[in-house]
Amino acid sequence: MTSMETRTIAVLRRPRSRSRSILSSIWFALGFPFFLLVLWGVWATISPQKFFPSPITIFQAFIKTWIGPAFVDDVLPSLLRLAVGIVLSIVVGIVAGTVIGLVRWLRDLLEPVLEFFRAVPPPVLVPILMLIFGPGDATRVIVIVAGAVWPVLLNTIEGVRSTDSVMTETARSYALTRWERLRFLVLPAASPRIMTGVRQSLSVALILMVISEMFNNSSGLGYRITYFQTNYLIPEMWSGILLLGLVGVLLATIFGIVERRVLAWYHGIKEVERA
Amino acid sequence: MRDTLLEVENLKKVYESSTGDVEAIGDISFTMKRGELVCIVGPSGCGKTTLLKCISGLLTPTAGRVELDGVAVKSPPPNMALVFQEYGRSLYPWLTVRGNVELPLKHKVKSKEERQKLVEDALLAVGLDHAAGSYPWQLSGGMQQRVAIARAVAYQPEVLIMDEPFAAVDAQTRADLEDLVRSLHRERGMSLLFVTHDIDESVYLGERVIVLSKSPTWVQEDLAIDLPDERDQITTRAMPRFTELRTHVYEQIQRAKRGEAVRPGA
Repeated sequence: MTSMETRTIAVLRRPRSRSRSILSSIWFALGFPFFLLVLWGVWATISPQKFFPSPITIFQAFIKTWIGPAFVDDVLPSLLRLAVGIVLSIVVGIVAGTVIGLVRWLRDLLEPVLEFFRAVPPPVLVPILMLIFGPGDATRVIVIVAGAVWPVLLNTIEGVRSTDSVMTETARSYALTRWERLRFLVLPAASPRIMTGVRQSLSVALILMVISEMFNNSSGLGYRITYFQTNYLIPEMWSGILLLGLVGVLLATIFGIVERRVLAWYHGIKEVERA
Repeated sequence: MRDTLLEVENLKKVYESSTGDVEAIGDISFTMKRGELVCIVGPSGCGKTTLLKCISGLLTPTAGRVELDGVAVKSPPPNMALVFQEYGRSLYPWLTVRGNVELPLKHKVKSKEERQKLVEDALLAVGLDHAAGSYPWQLSGGMQQRVAIARAVAYQPEVLIMDEPFAAVDAQTRADLEDLVRSLHRERGMSLLFVTHDIDESVYLGERVIVLSKSPTWVQEDLAIDLPDERDQITTRAMPRFTELRTHVYEQIQRAKRGEAVRPGA
């Protein structure tokens, strides 16, 4: 304990060589998928199967199917609906979650209902929502929000509710205004939980984007994949699935970048605690 | 200007619970003059923190009155600042040191430059001007508590209340922080109410030491500390008078623990 006062600022550990570690992490990230691809290619060549074409066939189908008008007609609208759905889920989830988390009686009133709605698998609601709102873009966005809002909402409630008591007393003793308390205490304190919710919401949103397009629709990624499926266009179907996977990876990457920025302090504390 | 800064009169706090009411504070009365440094000591579990929360308006007392500068305290007053024992939970880890110190000023001081000046000045006063851009969790425990003190100093309170602020830091850091408190009092004329369970600390720091009884609490003794104003860790603590005073307070605490002292009028 004698070094407490002399240790001025904890230095965060850094890898010895940055460039080397990036190279090796890229190698680790891509090496295994590459190995799987090769394995798949060899297997498909040795024993050709109709439903499992070789990766080269799929790759060719990918270029033929998605690069061109299909990108504008199917991929972009899907991604747009996905983006709007995700943004709406996050905004609605955080705003409603903060209000519910802060107002005790509202929380007691709503929590059982919210748990129920979260437990309902969202895909079963798709036909009902289609009936109510009609088959349009708005309905598809509503489907996404109806499923993806819950993780953000419930995590925000939990995060807002568990604000540290000493931090709250500090805010009270310095007579912080309501807005200051929200902006500088409640929301940042809840942000690790909120980000956990957002991460879960992203995957739910992607699933619902696909499902919302499988019902009486004429465009979109999900529609295309179902179309290829029912018409035995197997390489094209696989290329659609590949594209979905890539969208998922893209979402995770964007999330990672945002999360590192928003929760820089949180990861910093964790690193200091580990050191 | 009034001479009396803080007035506590017949303060009583009873916690109600389903298993029966607990009387934490029986009847506490004392006053504190402007510019004084008053220490409060008492046996552990005597309701020191409850007392401070009542004084600072975070808790509503069951009975009695608290007045700061002639105004009854109902909620945390703007001319009072608090330093908590749990510095790690009192500073906001998502704000830098500067951000933490500046936060309470945001609605109090409108001009950004003036705010900046107050922050710089407060950080300088606690010797942390070099760490303004760091985050609290990058600092040692003692330095984090300095940040909390800087935040209170920048707030420019009439009275600074500290709740066992150094209970969680090591002995050497503690001595440094005690001297910091002394210098804030001496050089800036700050009025300080300092709660501690450490008898030596109370005698070393205070101009007055208020000894509390065990719960339900009342003021067992209000002792003037007649040590010279200029104090330092080695010579002051070596003075025969220091030893006498700490022995006296120690005996009082022992009596308080055994419940030997009898509450007047009770």
